[in-house]
Amino acid sequence: MYYWNKEAECMHKDELRALQSWRLVKIVRYAYHNVPCYKRKFDEIGLHPDDIRGIDDLPKIPFTTKLDFRDNYPFGMFAVPMDQVVRVHASSGTTGKSTVVGYTREDIATWAELMARTLGAGGTTKGDVVQNAYGYGLFTGGLGAHYGAEKIGASVVPISGGNSKRQIQIMQDFGSTVLCCTPSYAILLGETAAEMGVDTSKLRLRVAFLGAEPWTTNMRREIEESLHVDALDIYGLSEVIGPGVSYECMEKAGLHINEDHFIAEIIDPETGEVLPPGSKGELVFTTLTKQALPLLRYRTRDITFLDDSPCPCGRTFVRMHRVMGRTDDMLIIRGVNVFPSQIEQVLMEIKGTEPHYMIVVDREPGAMDNLEVWVEVSPELVSDEVRALEETEQMIARELQSALGISLKVKLVEPKTIARSEGKAKRVVDRRDLYSEG
Amino acid sequence: MKVSQLSVFIENKSGRLADVTRALADANINIRALSIADTIDYGLLRLIVNDPINAKRVLADAAFTVTLTEVIAVEVPDRPGGLAGIIDILAQAGLNIEYMYAFVGKSGENAIVIFRIERVDEAIRILQDKGVRILTGDEVHSI
Repeated sequence: MYYWNKEAECMHKDELRALQSWRLVKIVRYAYHNVPCYKRKFDEIGLHPDDIRGIDDLPKIPFTTKLDFRDNYPFGMFAVPMDQVVRVHASSGTTGKSTVVGYTREDIATWAELMARTLGAGGTTKGDVVQNAYGYGLFTGGLGAHYGAEKIGASVVPISGGNSKRQIQIMQDFGSTVLCCTPSYAILLGETAAEMGVDTSKLRLRVAFLGAEPWTTNMRREIEESLHVDALDIYGLSEVIGPGVSYECMEKAGLHINEDHFIAEIIDPETGEVLPPGSKGELVFTTLTKQALPLLRYRTRDITFLDDSPCPCGRTFVRMHRVMGRTDDMLIIRGVNVFPSQIEQVLMEIKGTEPHYMIVVDREPGAMDNLEVWVEVSPELVSDEVRALEETEQMIARELQSALGISLKVKLVEPKTIARSEGKAKRVVDRRDLYSEG
Repeated sequence: MKVSQLSVFIENKSGRLADVTRALADANINIRALSIADTIDYGLLRLIVNDPINAKRVLADAAFTVTLTEVIAVEVPDRPGGLAGIIDILAQAGLNIEYMYAFVGKSGENAIVIFRIERVDEAIRILQDKGVRILTGDEVHSI
């Protein structure tokens, strides 16, 4: 069994619940007095922070959503002045404005601790060479894994994403033992190694921590075979802290939620009612220790269920099943969150594009996720010259890429060929089948 | 001096070209010349027909994206070097040819080539100054 912090991870259930209650009462008061958005939400329904006396009072608290981030863009959800914020990250918003998150020095330390637990659960020690192929930047993946690995004392190779052949070369030359990246990138790396004629069983690589996008058991099998590793799922979202919210142990049977720092609930996405233990529904998080960005009952839009049965690994933290779907239309493409509304907003600003479009996501064997946006042409957009049409395609692709932060292909299609349906238009075709049980 | 050409945007899907030609046939429209410029995903069908206005309406009604473009129809001597002579004139005048294609019918003993040229009015003047005959729209549509 591997642990980074056995005392915390295997804490007695009663003790854990008491700790959660005590921290909840404190964080509610803190959020109410330091974030106007929470004060307003409480005041509107006549709730006072003193009414929250423990974890049983949690359902009284109003939900927080991504909309609150948009309405308080960029720093309005922060509970501390900017001189105490040492780091800012951002992820996609549903419209042009991104979701901005901040960290105090202590938040960064907490995050590193949680990622150390995550990496530790797969046996990472200071003797390891961690090849961190998550993207470094506004995305929380890169720096999140980096700080966790450094806290353990491992040797971090901050290679970031991309350039697969070089990744394999570095794995060989540096003797990397641990890989951090998205599961789809791990598949690509396995295929790249095969193409290069590299025998992965001869590599020192032992374990991979894969997250930032949904994946399937089939993908796990493929990665474990092609890279000769144990592939472990990790989960997080930047609003809550980033990667390290929950993590798999070597049992590979669900992700342990770091319950000393977060309370997880499962709700009915329609009614907001808390569902009985074991029910499938929307995952909601309350942060217990975060200073810069306390979150009360944040709706993740991820669908899963919780399993509170004892895990053979000895950790007492409840396990969440890997994410089984979304309650909104968000897509995760190459680890980047994409909302159809972002695409729509860009198209609406381009003269001559019809409001009809289709988003097609595919994952071809040996390739990363492929995003195509099909746009209906209008007479204003059409030229009698191919060159002009290609320029139009490239112009739209450029605009979309700069808004979404990922590469994509634009395909012009004839007007009225994209299906109109009654009510909500079917705008997304996702052929990746990521939420199947297979 | 200018001829109206229809440009139809069609996706590379089987049957789409047939849809265009069928719609025109049903409206009793005769295709005089055509060319297709294609890419991986779509093509541009360029058509000279006997009744461009009516043809545009018919195709627009069938939900095609159609634009009308002005091109010129140039009489080209039907012998080696005939086309080269005309293209030389345009090159010397510094006029770019966007695209060109040959006409199905003939004008007497001469071939007809459709040109899409930037600065079309200037091109007409220069070609006529060199004694090149340019067909009128009516002439082309009635061939």
